[in-house]
This record gives sequence, C-alpha cells and structure tokens, in this order.
Amino acid sequence: MAKKDYIRPIDFRHGRVDMNHGAGGRAGAQLIDELFARAFDNDALRQGNDGALLDVPAGHRLVMATDGHVISPLFFPGGDIGCLSVHGTVNDVAMMGARPLYLAASFILEEGFPLADLQRIVESMARASREAGVPVVTGDTKVVEQGKGDGVFICTTGIGALPAGRRIGGALARPGDVLLLSGSIGGHGVAVLSQRESLGFEAAVRSDTAALHGLVAALLAAVPEGAVHTLRDPTRGGLATTLNEIAAQAGVGMRLQERAIPVRPEVQGACELLGIDPLYVANEGKLVAAVAPAHADAALAALRAHPLGRDAACIGTVVDDPHRFVQMTTAFGGQRVVDWLTGEPLPRIC
Amino acid sequence: MKYIDEFRDGALARGIAARIADEVREGRRYSFMEFCGGHTHAIARYGIRELLPDGVRMIHGPGCPVCVLPIGRIDQVIGLALGRGAIVCTYGDTMRVPASPRPGPDGQAGRGEGLSLIKAKALGADIRMVYSAADALTVARQNPDREVVFFAIGFETTTPPTALVIRQAHAEGLRNFSVLCCHVLTPSAITHILESAEVRQYGTVPIDGFIGPAHVSIVIGSQPYVHFAEEYRKPVVIAGFEPLDVMQAILMLVRQVNDGRAEVENEFTRAVSPEGNVAAQRLVASVFELRERFEWRGLGEVPYSALKIRPEYGEFDAERRFGLHYRGVPDHKQCECGAILRGVKQPTDCKLFGTVCTPDNPMGSCMVSSEGACAAHYSYGRFKDVPVVAVQG
Repeated sequence: MAKKDYIRPIDFRHGRVDMNHGAGGRAGAQLIDELFARAFDNDALRQGNDGALLDVPAGHRLVMATDGHVISPLFFPGGDIGCLSVHGTVNDVAMMGARPLYLAASFILEEGFPLADLQRIVESMARASREAGVPVVTGDTKVVEQGKGDGVFICTTGIGALPAGRRIGGALARPGDVLLLSGSIGGHGVAVLSQRESLGFEAAVRSDTAALHGLVAALLAAVPEGAVHTLRDPTRGGLATTLNEIAAQAGVGMRLQERAIPVRPEVQGACELLGIDPLYVANEGKLVAAVAPAHADAALAALRAHPLGRDAACIGTVVDDPHRFVQMTTAFGGQRVVDWLTGEPLPRIC
Repeated sequence: MKYIDEFRDGALARGIAARIADEVREGRRYSFMEFCGGHTHAIARYGIRELLPDGVRMIHGPGCPVCVLPIGRIDQVIGLALGRGAIVCTYGDTMRVPASPRPGPDGQAGRGEGLSLIKAKALGADIRMVYSAADALTVARQNPDREVVFFAIGFETTTPPTALVIRQAHAEGLRNFSVLCCHVLTPSAITHILESAEVRQYGTVPIDGFIGPAHVSIVIGSQPYVHFAEEYRKPVVIAGFEPLDVMQAILMLVRQVNDGRAEVENEFTRAVSPEGNVAAQRLVASVFELRERFEWRGLGEVPYSALKIRPEYGEFDAERRFGLHYRGVPDHKQCECGAILRGVKQPTDCKLFGTVCTPDNPMGSCMVSSEGACAAHYSYGRFKDVPVVAVQG
C-alpha cells in the first residue's frame, strides 16, 4: 500500500534528465529540491522566491559580471564545468577590484544527460562556491531536447562590492606601468586539450582553475590605493589576447620579455607537440596586473606570498605606442609582435 | 625544456649573428630563399631578421602547404561536403582558406562573400578537423552509412601517413572512405622557381641560395637537392626548424657564396640522411603516382609536381569515386599571393595586406596559415613597417 505524502526520491545513479524536468511541474521542483537547493543551501536561496533579496554593503558600489560556460569535455584534470563556472565569474568580479558577494546560476540541461553527472557537477559547483565564500543565491533550470544542447551549459552571474573611490580597469594602464603575471600560463587549455579523444596524449597537466579574489585582496592590501591600475584574468585567447585588449583599451603599447613569462615544461612540451603557442592558451586561475612602477616590487612580493601567486613574475612594461602593439623580446634575442589570437586553436575550452 | 631550449639559445644566436656579420662582404647582397613555411614561421616568430646584417635578405618561398592550395581544390572539397553530403575530414589550417563564392540557385558561380570550409560548416556541411590522417579513418569506421572524405594536403612530410591510411582502408575493406589527394612535391616547386622568368632572365628575384626543408628532407633525404646545386649553381643548406638551425644555415650559405661553392650541405644532420626514409618512400610509391600537372596557387600549373592515387587503390580516390573534374579559379584581382609565393614581391607590396586582407579575414592564402609569408609578417613583424616608437625605460 502506498505511503501518504511519499514521493519517490530521484534516482541519481541511473536516472537521466528528461523533458519533465523542464516542464515547470513537480519533476522540476523535485530536481531543484533534491539537488540544487540542497547543494547550494543558503539564506537567500531558502527564501524560495523568484529573486533573491540582498543587502548592499554601505559605502560601496556594485560590480556585476556574467559568464556562459560551454566547455567540452565537462570533466577535465583539475576541475569540471561546475567549479569552473564559479571561478570564472568570481574572477571577473575580482578583476574590477571588487569583493565578490553573490552568484546567480542558470542551467541549460540536455534531455538524456545522466543525473549522476549533473549531481557531480552541481556538487563541485557548490564546493567551489563555499570555498570562495560566494553563495549561489538564485538560479534557473531549463531542459532542451536531445541534440539541442551538449549535456549542460551553465551561465553564472556575479555581484561584488567595490569600495567607493577605487578605480581599476583596462583603460587605466599607462606608460611606465610594470606588468605582473601571477603564475605559469597555459595550464587550463592544455589540461582540456589532453582529454580530447582525437588527440590521444596523456599530459600530466591539471587545469589551474581557481578563484582569485583572495589573491587580488592580498595584492591590493600590499600597495597604496590607486597603485594597481589594471587587473585582468587571461582566459580564452590566453595572455597574448588579454594584453592586446588592455593595450587597445588604454591606447598604449607593451614590451614583454619572453624569458620572464613562466611556462611549465609539461605545458611547453604539449604546445610544441601540437604546434600552438602557450601565449594563446587559456588560463582559469591567473591574473595579469599593470602596477605603478614605484609599487611593483611590493605588488610582486604580495603575489608571491599567496599560494595562488607563488610563481608570479614581472613580464614587461607598458610603453607609449600609438599603434598599440604588444611587442616581445624573444628568448632568442629577436623582436616580434605578439598579436591577437586569430581563429580558434582550441574549440570550447571554457 | 630539454632538446628545445638548446636550439633557442640567445647567447649562441648572438655568436652566430656576429660571425655572419663578420663574414658578409662589404657591398655584397645575399638573397636566400627559405623554401619551407616552417622556416618562415621560425624567422618571424623568433625575430631572426633583427639579428641579420643589412646585406642579408630572406625571401619567403612557396613551402607552406596551405598557401599553395588553389581555390579550385577548396571548391571541390566544399562541393563534396555541401553538395554530396559527405563528411569531410581536414587538417585545421585549411579551414579558413578562401574559396569561391557560394553557387547561386541556378548553379552558376555566386556573387558576394566567398566561402571557406569554416563558412561551409556554418551552412550545415559536416566538416571535421582532424589531427592526423588516422583520425579520418576512425571517422569512416564510426559512420559506415556516410561517405567520408579525407582532404589530404601537404608536401612529402604528410604524404606517408596518407598512404598508410589508404592501405589500411584497403586492408579493412572500408567502402565509405576516400581521399582527395592534393599532395605536392618539393623538388618540382624549387625547379619551377629556378626556371621562372623572374629568376632566370630578368633577375628580379636574385636567389643566391636555398635553405632546404627540414621535415620534408627527413623523408626524401638530401640527395634530391644535388641537382639544383649542380645544374643551377645554387647552394642548398638543409636546416631544422629551430631558430639556431636557421641562423647556422644562413652562415653556411654565406660561406658557400663567398667561396664560390654551390653544394648541398646538411645542417640538420640530427634527422636528415642522404637517402632519407626509404621505408616511407617505398610506401608512398606503392600507393601514389605522379600527376602530369597540378595547379599551385601562385605558381600556376606545374608539371609533375603532385601525386595522385594509383589505379590499384582507385576506389579510395575521391576524384574518381565522385567523378570530379578540376576547374581552376583565378585569385582575387589585387591579391599578390602568386608573386609573393614566387618571391617576386613581399607581403607589404600587396595593396590588400593588412587592410582588407588580415588573418581574421584572409583574401589570399598567404594570410591563412601562420607559416604563410603574409600571416607571419602580419602577426609577428608588423611593427617593422611603422615609424619607430619611443621606448621607455
């Protein structure tokens, strides 16, 4: 005989996402209860309303950033789409010099996607959010028919608090600034690439995916307000593309020293094999900073004192250049332009 | 990184650069053609030009497999994917090579924006980027009810793997796999350049010597170049693709010119032997035979300069299987790729360079691959064309 009020729990081991989960009925509500609400649990989410009601810290302005995550494969050495979707948005907020406070998450699920994988992703996301101290306060789930998605897409939006008077941005880099990089490049892109079945190489490289707001806070605390002009995380397109973005925004040029840019041998090796340049390979846990020259040493020391900035290095300087070229003295001793990325060397990496 | 850093050592480079500067004769100009795109790329990426004295000029040759692909071949492969519904497997570099505009509904050549494999893919063509010929074979095995065509391009380096997959497909009795063979031959291209009017008669392209291919020579050996050295009195130095290899080769060429020698020298002894990879050569000969003529972008029709699939393996020949007839298509009127590939012009001589033709939107094939003369110059060397800017600190 059926028990009163009994709802059979979702079978996360064998079940799959089906169209019912997105139909707005009980199945969807149950998935939210048993998976999302349980994993992300926090006061704002528990309100259970259409939106979250949030406090704004006094004397601050708000920073908002959003990021869609469509990575393939969903799981890769060092992370998965879940933690990546937290780190990506937390970092975008942090690069403004703001303290990330809240996240919103929107899931597009493909019919047929194994619930076990979804659970693994959501739990990884919840763990990343707890570790970062940035709760997911509102969310949404939609289901698309099979063939119309690729397992799961996750869009996250973040809100952060920026102290009044703080100005950090791409347009603020100026000639004379020292360019600091928080660690070795290319780890994320190579880790993802090593999982592509068509490549068939086993690199001992893990993605560097990490939340950088702690590193940013340590950096900003070590130098006077206004000494850090620009912060940016070199994700898609790699360090080369990020530096070109800043050069274009600020109307400046850059001079880099190839020898100073840290690249791990295993990343270098994989890049040599595949014929790609680590300067164009994605990172998910690195930042580049343009810092006033008088405070560059203190800034570098602060980065190196943080676990996520141990390998930080000074990689070059910002120069006056109406052409906005990023140029590099190669380790070989020649000069070259470090241009924007052309086309797509690696599909769907974040 | 071990075995890499040794060949990119800045101190050694300065040492060789000093010797080159020492040994070039005052007032003498030295013009060397690096045949391979791999060398073009190394020269641009490591800034080798900066290290050479004014008297030494490097001319970029036609050895970039993507750059020499004529529009007609790209049209053929797009036709197979869009018109015949075949899965086309291709190396990544070919994805952006410009092709003809999409045919109109009446089948006549269309107007407007030209196609490329990547644009054809957006129109619904099933085009897959592969990293090796063997991956194309895997796609064929996984899709037994679809025609799968491997777009085989490249010089002697990429030919043996293509031969291998054709033999494998034959052994497995695969019925849905074929190859559109566009493999081309290095020696015939060099002969063609040396025989061209610009080099022989007018002297518009003074070529004092060649940096010979690295990877191609691993397969064909150093023997095939002896003919150029003897017949045309041009020194050849086979060199690896690392920047120190290129520097060392330039020094060796300068010395040959100074001594009045025209020999084949091998700088790349760690990989190249006189006879080359005989097993690979036998494999290639068992599957392919010479084409009487083949159109190269920039060089036009070059006799006996490419390979086709032997009749024994005819069922794997996409041209035969789909009854394809080659139709040449002229390049954009203002595109100078042809002259650039022959060494007659430099990228900056082209009106389209850096304006309507950029790596993001290439009009000509030299702007597509980073081994192409135009793309290499655009991506790595553009700053040399603008007035010197103030450097701080």
